[in-house]
Amino acid sequence: MARLSLKTIEKVYPNGFKAVHGVDLEVRDGEFMVFVGPSGCAKSTLLRMVAGLESITSGEMFIGDKQVNQLAPKQRGIAMVFQNYALYPHMTVFENLAFGLKLAKTPKAEVEQRVRHAATLLEMEHLLDRYPKQLSGGQAQRVAVGRAIVKKPEVFLFDEPLSNLDAKLRAAMRVRLTELHRTLRDSGQAATVIYVTHDQVEAMTMGERICVLKDGVIQQVDTPTMLYEHPANAFVASFIGSPEMNIVQAELKNETGELVILLEGQRLTVSAAKRAVFAGQQGAVKFGMRPEHISANPRIEGDTVPLHGTLRFMEYMGSEVFVHFNAGSLPLVARLAADQLQDLQSKTRGDAHTFHVQMQRCHLFDATTGLNLSRHPS
Amino acid sequence: MSSPSLADSDGTAATPWLRYLALTVVALVMLYPLFWLVGASFKSNREIFTEVGFWPSRFDFGAYAKGWKTSTEYTFATYFLNSFLITIPRIIVTVISCVFVAYAFARFEFWGKKLLFSIMVGTMMLPLIVLRLPQYLVFRDLGWLDSYLPLIVPSAFATDTFFIFMLVQFLRGIPRDMEEAAQIDGCNALQLLWHIIVPLLKPAIVSVIVFQFIWTMNDFMGPLIYLASVEKYPVSLALKMSIGATEEVEWANVIAISVVALIPSVAVFFAAQRHFIEGATSSGVKG
Repeated sequence: MARLSLKTIEKVYPNGFKAVHGVDLEVRDGEFMVFVGPSGCAKSTLLRMVAGLESITSGEMFIGDKQVNQLAPKQRGIAMVFQNYALYPHMTVFENLAFGLKLAKTPKAEVEQRVRHAATLLEMEHLLDRYPKQLSGGQAQRVAVGRAIVKKPEVFLFDEPLSNLDAKLRAAMRVRLTELHRTLRDSGQAATVIYVTHDQVEAMTMGERICVLKDGVIQQVDTPTMLYEHPANAFVASFIGSPEMNIVQAELKNETGELVILLEGQRLTVSAAKRAVFAGQQGAVKFGMRPEHISANPRIEGDTVPLHGTLRFMEYMGSEVFVHFNAGSLPLVARLAADQLQDLQSKTRGDAHTFHVQMQRCHLFDATTGLNLSRHPS
Repeated sequence: MSSPSLADSDGTAATPWLRYLALTVVALVMLYPLFWLVGASFKSNREIFTEVGFWPSRFDFGAYAKGWKTSTEYTFATYFLNSFLITIPRIIVTVISCVFVAYAFARFEFWGKKLLFSIMVGTMMLPLIVLRLPQYLVFRDLGWLDSYLPLIVPSAFATDTFFIFMLVQFLRGIPRDMEEAAQIDGCNALQLLWHIIVPLLKPAIVSVIVFQFIWTMNDFMGPLIYLASVEKYPVSLALKMSIGATEEVEWANVIAISVVALIPSVAVFFAAQRHFIEGATSSGVKG
């Protein structure tokens, strides 16, 4: 069993700085869990605490049924892949992979077999005699992963392993790592993964569940779809998704049976479907709308509401265009398919345009706490 | 040589040879005493004091043979052997003790670490001469006079603080990721030192070996104070002895043997030169 559970884990540094605030988390056996958050959100610290490289100030940590708070890294049944690969420069790739096994006094034949197996799995048999300095970034990354695999750990820990690779290689390695995880799991090997990244695309594409962290506090733990569609608060909403969700100050008003959102004087009527969710709410709120839910033209099937804006600029991404505009003084972004620009194409900076907002996809957050009002009706 | 790249960077084609010329002239001025030394080993006393140039009128290796024999009952072979008997054990204990101490300073947190480190750095400023008397008294009481122990044993306690300082600085420049990876691979602190740190420290350790070799070979004061028997003299003392042994000094002999005495240090330096350059650049950490 390679379940991992953290119970009110805290980390306070000697200088008094509290990096991790009472984290409670269950990672299921064989699960691919991603820790994501901006720099300084303590995601790496948390991972290093799981690894045993950082001490735990308070709380309990279990790997399987074993409490590991006081155990040395080697006794925890973990393997870790570092951002900088951390290969031993004076050893060949083979020796790098075999080092841990040799320390554990594994019989020579088994070392050989396990190293060969990992090398085959990662398609790097031809690299075994090379030294780290003779490897490219992608190859070094594979060796680092291989070093983790040969140990047959219960839990794999990845600390931003792809951030030193170029964009193309990163995308390829993303697929590879995801496949590797499924292969290991299907072959019956323990393959619980904790993967730390600051890149929400990596998190969304790789994670079976994602743990969003901010300032050492868990914001939400959920599947990628749930995080995207039902963010717990404004922070999660803006962190997940690219371009990020438009979140602006607004006012929610109940006008003769109709719920209306006032955006600097513009009235957006809340759709019938959402009306029940926000019933009873009034006053200042944060209004959230994903860029793909703002279109240039009224949608035939949906109940879109017009929103007048002034064009600022457009970012062409190939198949789609990010249109930046202002509604009054509020900056917003719309994500449009390139073939749906129509008359927008001829417009320039400063021109007025009426956009159309799909109100059944809107999110409302508490103006002070940022909590999602539809998930936490008060 | 960095000259070609310098020439490339400012894009002028005419200056490189000028730069080489200037460098060559300065190098010749610096090396002239050495050339003179080699040339003079073939000259007679009269020639040494009257001729300006370093090129001898004849090549006679007689001075080398005479110098090697010395005026004592021992040849320079004995003195070289003595020098190595001091130098090699001293290098070994220096490397071991300094690596341990540097590892502790660079990688462990312990009470009073900062104070101890500043005391250690402070001792680097201390003129060594002030230690001579108390050290002499201690070694006399231990009965170590006229043995090599006073020249070797202190180094076993990491008293060569310059080396520790150098190793600590080098270690601080090595990212800890590799050590953390090794910890997860199952290394304890000593295995970490042996399997990971020492190989990474190799360029710095080679520097320690070279410096300690040259400094110990050249050390004159230490052996002069502690060694009384001629049969235990190292090269540095034997050289001095060959000057004062007879009324009329055969300078060619002295100079010839000085040239020979230079060889080990120069050889060690050139053998190790490659490792000075190879350094942190070869580490397996990227980013």
